[in-house]
Amino acid sequence: MAEISIRNVTKTYGKTTIMQGVNLDIHNGEFVVILGPSGCGKSTLLRLIAGLEDITAGEVLIAGEVVNQLEPRERGCAMVFQNYALYPHMTVAENIGYALKVAGLPKVERQSRVEATAKSVGLTDFLDRKPGQLSGGQRQRVAMARAIIRSPKVFLFDEPLSNLDAQLRVQMRHEIRRIHNQIKATSVFVTHDQHEGMTLADRLVVMNKGTIEQVGSPAKIYDNPASIYVAGFIGSPAMNFLPGHISVALRGVVLESGRLVPLASQPNLPDGHLVHLGIRPEHATLVRAGAGTIDAQVDMIEELGASRLCNLLFEDIPICVLTEERPDLAAGATVGLDFPPQRIHLFDAVTGRRIPNDLALVFEKREQPISV
Amino acid sequence: MRRAYFKFSWIAAALLAPQLLIVFVFFYWPSAQALYWAFTLEQPWGGGNTWVGFDNFRQVLSDPYYWSSVRVSVIYALATTVLAMSMALILAMFVDRQLAGYKAYRVAIIWPYAVAAPAVGLAFQFVFNPGAGLFSYINTIAPGWWDLSKYPWQAVTAIVIAGAWKQVAYSFIFFLAALQSIPRSLTEAAAMDGARPLRRMMDLQLPLLTPTFFFLLVINITDSFTDSFGIVDTLTGGGPFRATDLMVYKIYADGFRGFDYSGAAAQSIILMLLVMALTFVQFRYIERRVHYT
Repeated sequence: MAEISIRNVTKTYGKTTIMQGVNLDIHNGEFVVILGPSGCGKSTLLRLIAGLEDITAGEVLIAGEVVNQLEPRERGCAMVFQNYALYPHMTVAENIGYALKVAGLPKVERQSRVEATAKSVGLTDFLDRKPGQLSGGQRQRVAMARAIIRSPKVFLFDEPLSNLDAQLRVQMRHEIRRIHNQIKATSVFVTHDQHEGMTLADRLVVMNKGTIEQVGSPAKIYDNPASIYVAGFIGSPAMNFLPGHISVALRGVVLESGRLVPLASQPNLPDGHLVHLGIRPEHATLVRAGAGTIDAQVDMIEELGASRLCNLLFEDIPICVLTEERPDLAAGATVGLDFPPQRIHLFDAVTGRRIPNDLALVFEKREQPISV
Repeated sequence: MRRAYFKFSWIAAALLAPQLLIVFVFFYWPSAQALYWAFTLEQPWGGGNTWVGFDNFRQVLSDPYYWSSVRVSVIYALATTVLAMSMALILAMFVDRQLAGYKAYRVAIIWPYAVAAPAVGLAFQFVFNPGAGLFSYINTIAPGWWDLSKYPWQAVTAIVIAGAWKQVAYSFIFFLAALQSIPRSLTEAAAMDGARPLRRMMDLQLPLLTPTFFFLLVINITDSFTDSFGIVDTLTGGGPFRATDLMVYKIYADGFRGFDYSGAAAQSIILMLLVMALTFVQFRYIERRVHYT
């Protein structure tokens, strides 16, 4: 177990910069999920920690030691790969025990540790099989066992669940979290799936285009997204955005159509400052036409069983509303939308950064601030 | 196995005809002819023949020169195969690990495959010539020590080296393709598991190469039995003292220089059966150890 420190790390391939000045501290025993779309550099960051890629500039420290020049085997990390990377010609037992064999452990000790590890992930009956004879979920377990058996200081997961079907993914997600709670090794988990990220993480790292957008607990990032990018990326369905400008006199945001959306408090911004107003689908409520903040036309209603996804159009801007009611609405009908002022997010139209206002602070009190 | 049925079509037949004609003219016809000749006594200048049954085979198999030819053919086949495949594997691993200059020799190593066997033999004439070749430097240190027209073992060594040199290219391409088809994440997983490059080679790459290894073994052994004529003819001419009189070369020498068409035909049939038997043995006993993934 160890803490990981990433200091001003840059990675370039030839002239292409993959990652620019990334700083991140991962605490001892913490489960950190790096979340981002494909090509954002999240896997590269993981591979830099593992030692599978060279660091162009900056430093990576594991347990206080600079590991830039160390080989992967000297860093004490274990990794679970996306395609599992099991050795196809070795049995499950040989796969799990390979690291111990390389380390030169006596056969008897190796065997007992392989059996114990296999038991902990439910593979006891499959030890003599080859990877080709296993199902996706079983292969995933072998990959996990192969990492666990080494008792590594750090666990690295590179999208390990993306090859599994939806049901198995949820099951393995729980299992990974359970194993982490047992052995409490520092874990870094890379994924593009926000559900995976939200459910697994102690702390979430949202990446975009080779930089870190925001670091924080899943709840904090959901409540207070630091940028319009994070706001749109976290949360499903995605947050709605409406362009407009600040009106000091009217204590609100004037949308492009001239509609006023009142705010709970006055942000410290000049009159006419261009902003994007954000509201999550689950926070906007449907009301009678004319009774809400704005009126919108119904485009399509999607039935989800427990709830309904109302796809609306507000002056050609699509707005999505998630409601647990069963409104009787036909396509083309006009409906009112209410934006509770304390649920409104504001983002600077130019920089894309969050505009802090008093209401944000209300939500931040819900948890202990975490130093980043 | 699934089967597909097609309707007969004149266009398909017409398109197939040239290839079928070539196969027929250059393989089935001569093979049938050789089979017929092997059981008859053929007159060198044509004009009548006599059915002799297995006499030709009896004669060939009781000829001590023939058995020494078989012996040297086997030595040649094994030595060239081992040499060519091990060289090819080493080179392919260098290229796979992208050691310095790999791009240049990745191309250069493929070239020898495009060179015809007689040209290879001729080129090695210049290398091995005791008076003027590269090896003549040995003779400046130890006068008269190197002379492949005088010492049988040197002549055999020379054709083995030339033959292997020609076959390296083919094996190299296949080894390289096989190495590069091993997923990179496997190598990385082994690196994370603590295995150094040499260890990874032994535990991971070599076992995963076994299907390729087996394929190349069959191809190389077959090739070195049947495709060695050009090298022997230009490099040693079968000598000295019949030391490099390989089976294919002896067929040519007996048939076209000795005008013993029937004996040569019998030898062709034996060689064909031998190669078939070897291939069968390899599939039967060695393929079992191959991991197909």
